Parts: sequence; structure tokens; C-alpha cells
Amino acid sequence: MNSHGELPDERAKRARFGRRALAGFALMLAMLLGVAGRFVCLQVFEHAEYSTRAKANRVRLKHLPPPRGLIYDREGRLLADNVPAFRLDVIPDKIKHMDAMLQRLSSIVPLTDDDIQRFKQSLKQHRAFEQVPLKFHLTESERDRFAVNQWQFPGVSIDPYLTRNYPYGAEFAHVIGYVGRIDEKEQAKLDPDLYAGTTHVGKTGLEKEYEKLLHGTPGYELVEVNANQRPLRVLQRVAAKPGKNLYLTIDERLQNAAIAAFDGQTGAAVAIDPRNGDVLAMVTVPSFDPNLFVNGISQADYSALLEDPEKPLLNRAMRGGYPPGSTVKPFIGLGGLELGLRKPTDTVLSTGTYYIPGSSRGYRDDTRYGAGQVDLMQAITQSVNTYFYSLAYQMGIQRFDQWMARFGFGSPTGIDLPDETGGVLPSPEWKRKTFNKPWYPGETVISGIGQGYWMVTPLQLVHALASMAGGGLSHTPHLLAATSDGLKSPEVPHPQPQPVQLTHNPADLDAVKQGMLGVVYNPLGTAYAAGIGKGFPYLIAGKTGTAERYSRKTDAYNTNKNLAYLAERHRAWFICYTPADHPQIAVAVVLEHGAWGGSAAAPIARKMLDQWLADTPPSARPPLPVTAIATQSAERGPHTP
Amino acid sequence: MNELVASFSGRALRIGRRIFSRPRIDLPLAIGLLVLALIGLTVLYSASNLDRSMVLGQAARFVAGALLLLAVSRIPPTLLRAWTPWFYLLSIFLLVVLTVLGEGRGADRWLDLGVVRFQPSELMKLAMPMMVAWYLHPRPLPPRWRDIFAIGILVGIPALLIGKQPDLGTALLVAASGLFVLFLAGLQWWKIGAMLAALAAAAPVAWHFLHDYQRERVLTFLHPENDPLGSGWHIIQSMIAVGSGGVLGKGFHHGTQSKLEFLPEHTTDFIFAVLGEEFGLVGVLVLLLVYAFIVGRCLWIAANARDTYSRLVAGSFGLAFMVYVIVNGGMISGLLPVVGVPLPLVSYGGTSAITLLTGFGVVMSIHAHRKWTP
Repeated sequence: MNSHGELPDERAKRARFGRRALAGFALMLAMLLGVAGRFVCLQVFEHAEYSTRAKANRVRLKHLPPPRGLIYDREGRLLADNVPAFRLDVIPDKIKHMDAMLQRLSSIVPLTDDDIQRFKQSLKQHRAFEQVPLKFHLTESERDRFAVNQWQFPGVSIDPYLTRNYPYGAEFAHVIGYVGRIDEKEQAKLDPDLYAGTTHVGKTGLEKEYEKLLHGTPGYELVEVNANQRPLRVLQRVAAKPGKNLYLTIDERLQNAAIAAFDGQTGAAVAIDPRNGDVLAMVTVPSFDPNLFVNGISQADYSALLEDPEKPLLNRAMRGGYPPGSTVKPFIGLGGLELGLRKPTDTVLSTGTYYIPGSSRGYRDDTRYGAGQVDLMQAITQSVNTYFYSLAYQMGIQRFDQWMARFGFGSPTGIDLPDETGGVLPSPEWKRKTFNKPWYPGETVISGIGQGYWMVTPLQLVHALASMAGGGLSHTPHLLAATSDGLKSPEVPHPQPQPVQLTHNPADLDAVKQGMLGVVYNPLGTAYAAGIGKGFPYLIAGKTGTAERYSRKTDAYNTNKNLAYLAERHRAWFICYTPADHPQIAVAVVLEHGAWGGSAAAPIARKMLDQWLADTPPSARPPLPVTAIATQSAERGPHTP
Repeated sequence: MNELVASFSGRALRIGRRIFSRPRIDLPLAIGLLVLALIGLTVLYSASNLDRSMVLGQAARFVAGALLLLAVSRIPPTLLRAWTPWFYLLSIFLLVVLTVLGEGRGADRWLDLGVVRFQPSELMKLAMPMMVAWYLHPRPLPPRWRDIFAIGILVGIPALLIGKQPDLGTALLVAASGLFVLFLAGLQWWKIGAMLAALAAAAPVAWHFLHDYQRERVLTFLHPENDPLGSGWHIIQSMIAVGSGGVLGKGFHHGTQSKLEFLPEHTTDFIFAVLGEEFGLVGVLVLLLVYAFIVGRCLWIAANARDTYSRLVAGSFGLAFMVYVIVNGGMISGLLPVVGVPLPLVSYGGTSAITLLTGFGVVMSIHAHRKWTP
């Protein structure tokens, strides 16, 4: 075999390989013998046992999908539950001509193209002898009609199942979200064992965020079958373990009151407890009925939602981006104090127009001839632009951004909902990246009044406000308070992230608060005219904001005081918290078409505070204070314009 | 023009005749493969519940594979060696394409080229040992540490790509087929020991990167009673099938486990259990003997090959082939965790059969060109 004239080195290589090949073969044979030994063990020594088991193996495995966890509000109102329904199932193995069968079936139970398309898709995901759902949520008449004709359709059956139901409908559509049929993409990501027999999965909102908690663990049934595979009896049953029930921080009454207060106007409102980050209400108007999506929304309904100019599918509370306008002035004012640029008593002269030193371009105050000499408190109370123009200019955009980012502007708050957006905190880097243009000093100036490229979500703003109200302590906002394994099991508090201390100087926080109290109680305050502090037993600290949607090109703004005209141009904000000394609720309200923050948005916030007051038992509130300002405002009450 | 066509078709005819007229193949190995294919088709016929079209489809793949085998056996190993890096890069490229396109099912191992659908990872089972042998061919043996390091990269990239699909079983087998080359190249025992120790130390780290379902499979293997629904059910049903077969089996098409669909995947990964149930221990031992004969013959051909590359490719291919058998057999008898590894040339599936037969074509070529012939 060996070739002639082989080099000694080549011969050595060959010999070494021969040894190795032999060793490898021996190793493989040993392992093969091990496998063979295992077969001997199974087929000779344990044959009798397995033979018995095979004969007794008339047992089929049936998956029992777990009931999905329920969702409650903080008072135990049921926001998402499971109700019995019926669906049509098909066993593909038993159907000879699928298309012909579907054709005949559709004359008895109407099947849309959507139904059939989805069914054909899920055919691919199941094995031929498994039941494949064809149509969910049959109406009573559909059920009756099919029952009469069932004999014509071997392999098609009506089966009961639990379907998700949202009793409050549109009220919580953007918070709880909805479940829907598992699609191909989701199928790929889900654990096939855990989702055996499950047809629906959380698509949006809390249903998606807490899918793992809500889903539960499937059970199974061992069913004895006869030779024709007909089930005879259930041998063993391991019940499915239902998903965890969720207890939310949200209060249905407050949510409901807020929606009522909007009275159909497009906008959003979020209320947070500054003490712990509990989200008490999270409202987006308009909304939609999540029940439509559970068993497959019809094309017509879906198009209607998509084409609605007010975009009901948009979760404005955490995905709507709005320029914050004057609502950010308290934060900027606080920054001036904390950075040591201003003292509370330092004054700035407002003449109606602000000029960057050495430049002739003017930036306007809201009142034509200015507010005169104002300190921080007056600047917040009257929302004096010049004070904040000059402060922002003094801070410079870098320090300004660092300070605002500390309060969470420009990044998502981290609430336990999917797809939150972080708005925009404009910076020179951001502008270069987005528009490839340099930053102008004028853009720093208008940032001082929350204009320009700046975008915030209502959730972001209320989170920043709650951090300030709560003594500079920032809690991540959250909706899930506790979970439980069932009604009889105790509620287990859901772990929350550690709060972060943002500021350390109570005196500074107090100075800003005085300004925000003035907004509500000082006759010069921007929300005074709306009278939102009137008759409320606790002090409310607030701030209005009116952000322009377009820049002013003509003088029409100064002359045309028509409210409808202004509403078309403005977004109205109001943010507030109460009780001012021991804050328990912070609220942000935005109206997409509001003329002025004080007059349009503030009353909505007040109605929310009223509801909070009605819902909170006196024992859970701080003792009623009688402070100087409260008395003053009460005395002044009759004189308000 | 006509002349050109005539001369071209004449040449093609000559080449075709050269390839097929005088096949210089190793007869014992060819007979072994034929026996194996016939056993495979028989079991598949029963496992598919007498589905003729399925068996014919598989037979057609065997024929296509056999033609490829004959064609490849005519290509000299020197040429195969020169093509090896390109073959390896092509396999990597297809794996990357699969990763990029990899939507749809979670464990997506299929590449759809419109006409044919195939699994690039199966291609890698052949490309891997060829590539490592190509790398080691001009270098001094036994391999030095730096060579081991380079081979680690050559093996690691495809293994990671396949592991990401995620197909852990195939990833490990592909890696093993590359490492067999190192073993056959005479890597010192103490270095093998050191590498094994390093692997053992890395295991907890690897655990961290496993998908949840993969961890679960390993845990299920350790405690099958914890998961009577998923893979645990598969193992139990498979063991019942094999054990109830006894020494002589229940006879062709009389296995209750597979017929009543207790046995999962009974035409693909679990087809060995069908054979065990219907043909008993005798059938199992015959099949294992056929495998052992084929692998032994491969190693014999390797030992008589003319250069390092040929030796390493034929040897490692034979060893890897045996490992597939051992892993599949261990899986269906409950010795090893459930990993998606088919039984070579018996399980239903095109890519695997065609790739394996092409691999045997390479072995045949090595056999045919074993001497310094002009």
C-alpha cells in the first residue's frame, strides 16, 4: 500500500495518524457499546415493564392553558377579567378538502377573509392532529346554527374558552392595553411548552409589560382514548396555575373623573403620588375600546381608528411630545438657585422685550411692556419670560441641559409600560445629529421658556414635578403595586427601584414653591383668574404653560385675542401638586387645543384634585392647615375678576 | 456554430463518461451505505404511516446524493483542498444570511432559496473538518498552541452562528467535528487534557448564554419528572417505544407508539425509536453494526491516504459521523438530553442526507487517489 520513496517524516506522520485513528475508533466503539448496552437494558431487562406501559398507553396528553391573571385598581375594582366564550376549532387531519369545507362553513358561520387568512397562518404552526382555532367569540346565533349543522362538518367543533374582557373599555385602553391572537413573530419568541394551548398574548400596555406574570403555567390532562382516539375518561389532571393577579396603583374614580373633566377635548393627564411614584391616573383623550382588539378587530373598525384625525390609538400620556412652555420655569428657577447663579431675592427688569447682550434680536414677554423688577417668586407667579431668558442665557446650554436632564427631561421615566418615549431635550449635540446645524445662542434663550425643539411627555413633566414636590426625591413612576396568586393569596408588594435624591437644599425648593403658590393665590398669578384654589382645603402649588405650536410671523398674535384662534395655535398646560406642605398628589394636564394653560387646563386639574380629596379619607391626609395665604385668598375671594 | 455546440456537447459527454463510466469507488463502503439507505427507507416507510410520496422523496434525495458522491469522488483531493477555504466561507456566508433573514420560527435553521430549502448548518458539518484539515496541512504536526488558537477561531465562528439560531446540538457537533481533526493530527494528550479542563471551567459561563428553553432542556434531562409536558414527555414516550420493542420487535408497521402518535417527531429525530420498537434489539444492533462498519472503513481509508489533508478529512468525517449516531441513539434511549440531531441517512430530511453523501464522496475521492499516480 505504502508509496515508494516516501520521506521518513511522512512515514512518521502516517504512523502517528494510524495510532490516533485507532484510538479514536476505539473511543467511538466504546461509546457505541454504551448506547447498545442502554438498548439491551431497555429492551431486554426492562422490556416487561415498558411493554405494559405501551399497552396501557392509551393515554393522550391534553394541554390546559392557564387562566390569565386579573387586573385590579388600587381599590380592588376589576379592570381586566376573563369571561367564558365559544370558538370554532378545526382538526386539519380530519378535513379532506379544507377550502371546500371553509366555503360551506362560511354559509353557516360568517367567516371574513381575515379569519381565513389567520387560520391558514396558524395551520402552519400546529401539527395535523392538533386543534386549530378558526373563529373566536361566536355569537349565540352562530353557535346555535353551527350546532344544528355540526354533523356535516366532521373535524370541526365548538369549544369553550376564556376570553379577555375589559369592563371599563376605553377608560384604561392606554394603561392596560389589550391581548390579541399570537402571531407568527410572537410564536417564535414564546416558550412552546409554556404557551401550549394558549391563543392570546399581551400586545400593548400592562398586558404586554407583565405578560410573564399574567400568563401563568399551563396544566395538562391525561385522557384515555379508545382505538379511534376518542376520549373515554380523564386519568389524571394537573390543573393549570393561573397567572398572577395585578393590583395597580391607579384609582378608577380619579381616572374616570379626569376623563369626564376633559369633556372630549383632546389631551392627556397624569397624576402621581410624589411620596412613592404611584401613578394614580393616566388619561389620554380620545381613547378606544380595547375589547375590539381581543378577538381580532375588523378591518373597518381598525381603519376608522387609524384615520381619526385625533389619533385615539396614540398614548398621549407617555408618547405624546409637546413643547413644555412655561411649565418648566420652576425647574429652571430652581437650577439658578442650586447652581449659585441667583438668589431668591435677586431681581431682573422686565421691559417687554429681552435682548441677548450685544444683539438686536428681541425676545418677548407675555405682557407688552413687561412686569418691571421681578424676583424669582414673582417671575414664577407671573410667568415673566425675561427673568428666565436671562437665566437660561446665564446658565449656558451645557449647564442648562445637565440640570434639566437631572429631572428626567430628554429620557423615558422608566414607567412599567412598553414603548414610552423620552421626548427631546435639545442640546447642541442633538441638533447637530438631527439637523446637522450649529446651535445658536437664541435657542438657549427660548429654551428658558420651554420653547424651541424641546418636547416633553405629560408623564415626564409630572414625574419631574413630583420629584420637586417630594423634596427633590425622584421615584420611578409605576403602575403595578402588588401581585397575588389568587383571591385567597396575600398581596405581595411589587419591588420598586430605589429613589434618587436630586437636590439637597430645602430652602431653594421652598423659594420655588412660594412662586408656584403665587400662581394660584396671588392676584397677579397666571392661574388666579381661573380660581382653582378657591374652596379647596389644602394649598395648591401650580404652574401654567402655554406652548406655541407655530412661531409668530405677524403681529396678529398681539391684536387677535379670539380664543378659538389662540386655541388653534396653543397647547395649554397646567401642572400642580397638593397639599403644598406635604404633597400627596402631583398632576400634569395638557390640552392639544387649549387657549391658555390657566383658563383651559387648570380647571381639569382642579376637578382631579377634588376627586382625590373625595377619595382620600381624612385619616390618610395631613391635618388641614390654616395658613396665611389660604386665609388671604379666602378673604380676597369675592374680589376676583 | 454547430461545430462549437458539437464539440462542447462532446466534451461534456466525455467528462460525464469519465465521471460515471469507471467509478473508482470503494466497494465495501458503497455497500455499507447502500444497506444503510435501504434500512432508512424501510423504517421511514413505516414511520410515515406508509406514506409513499415521503419515501419516494427521500429516495430521490438519496439518488441525488449518490450522483454527487460519484461526481465528487472523481475530483482529486488536491483540488478539493484548494477549494476548501471557499467552501468554508460560503457556508459561513449562508449562516450569516440565515441569521440576518432569521425571522419566523424561533429555531430557524432553514434557508429558503425558492427552489430548494436547506439548512446551512448541515453544510458546515462537512466544511468544518475540511477547513481545519486545510489549515493544518502545511503546518508542522502535532499542532502548536498558536495553531490551536487559530483553529479555535475557525471552529468558534460557525459554532456561535449555529448556536445563535438557536441550535445548540448542531453547534456542538460541528465544533466537535473540527476538534476531531486536532485529535487526529496528533495533538499531545496533555494539551487535550488542558483543553478539556478549560472547557469544564467555561461551562458555568456558557450556561449564562444559553436560551431559557435550552437551559430547561438540560434541566429536564437531569430531572425529567419536572417536565412531563415538554421534552420530558418526549423522552418517556421514546423509552416506552424502544423498551416495548423487546428483542425481536413488534414487526414492521406494528409499533403502537409511533402509529398512535405518542412518539413525537417520529420520522425525523426520533425515527431510531420507531426502529427499536418495530425491529427490536436485533434491528438496533444490526443498524449499529452497519454504522460501525462504515466508520471503520472510513478510518481505514484515512490511514492509507496519501497526504495529511486527506488523512485528516476522511478520519474526522468518520469520527463525526459516528458521534451523530451516538448522540441520536443516546437521546432516544434517555441517556442524553433532547437535542435536534437526526440519525444519519435514516431520519427524513434532504440537506442532511445529501451533505453526508457528498462527504462520503470526498472520502471516496481520497480512496481513489491514495497512490502517487500521474
